[in-house]
Amino acid sequence: MLKVKFLLPLIAFVLLVALLAAGLSNDPRKVPSPLVGKPAPDFKLPLLNDPTVTFSPQALKGKVWLLNIWASWCNACRAEHPVLNELAKKNIVAIVGFDYKDTNAEARAWLKKLGNPYDVVVTDQKGLAGFDYGVYGVPETFFIDKKGIIRYKHIGPISFQDLDKIVIPLIKELQAEK
Amino acid sequence: MRIFIFLFIVLQLNSVYAGVEFRQFERAELEARYNVLIDELRCLVCQNQNLKDSNSDLAKDMRDKVYQMISEGKSNQQIVDFMVERYGDFVLYKPPFKTTTLLLWLGPLLFFVIAMIVLFRIIRQRTQTESVEITAAEHQRAQALLKSTLKKDDAS
Repeated sequence: MLKVKFLLPLIAFVLLVALLAAGLSNDPRKVPSPLVGKPAPDFKLPLLNDPTVTFSPQALKGKVWLLNIWASWCNACRAEHPVLNELAKKNIVAIVGFDYKDTNAEARAWLKKLGNPYDVVVTDQKGLAGFDYGVYGVPETFFIDKKGIIRYKHIGPISFQDLDKIVIPLIKELQAEK
Repeated sequence: MRIFIFLFIVLQLNSVYAGVEFRQFERAELEARYNVLIDELRCLVCQNQNLKDSNSDLAKDMRDKVYQMISEGKSNQQIVDFMVERYGDFVLYKPPFKTTTLLLWLGPLLFFVIAMIVLFRIIRQRTQTESVEITAAEHQRAQALLKSTLKKDDAS
């Protein structure tokens, strides 16, 4: 009985260390999105390659699609871009590019230089539609199912590791749904 | 000298409010509400700053939105709900009281109760150890000693 008493401070200390370690390994920049589980907000935005034409996600009803928010001024997006190109090659999902607070000329130059993984690119120069998606840091990627519900939000650049571990399995899972 | 103090204060104020644009409101009450809201809402980019303090682009957009919604006649609750819908509870500096934040709100109280229980136990143990137990032989000796002193008292 006495021995347990002596061990109590040590146990308390170990628990505290475990708690702090768990806290430290959390990325505070990854704020859980309240939009997961809710319908993807609608928007009507001009296309990058033809600003006179608008696009709305309603055209994708019944399909699984990704909404990738990016910008040519965003460094992390540059790191993510080859991963998106790789995903596009697999041709398993529709990828909508969402050019956030960018200029069309710079965005076009970026895609010309680094390749275009997107099925369609819309532009949100003022970030108004971005507001509805709770965009706070680019890149962000929303995974939307066949019913138009946001199922997952990836915050920050998708790495090749994420692609194999999270993105592709999730897309397959969503594609298998009715 | 006075002019220097004046300049110093003016420059200080300038740096404090660097992140806030000049806004025009129809009524002073609206301006007061605006100031409360940008004080209570958190910027998601520079996470330990509120909208008032932050210079980030997103904070500016969010301030614009708050201003716009106030001008449209939206209530504080409507504006806060709008932000929470998009950015989650994190956008609030004061988290709401609900099941996921139960530990956050009641944690300190829980720790206080635990501390009190431990404290009372320690006090109880101490008072118990102070009452010395004696054997029967010791008891007899004590009584004999008491008797002898009583007799002496009688004699004197």
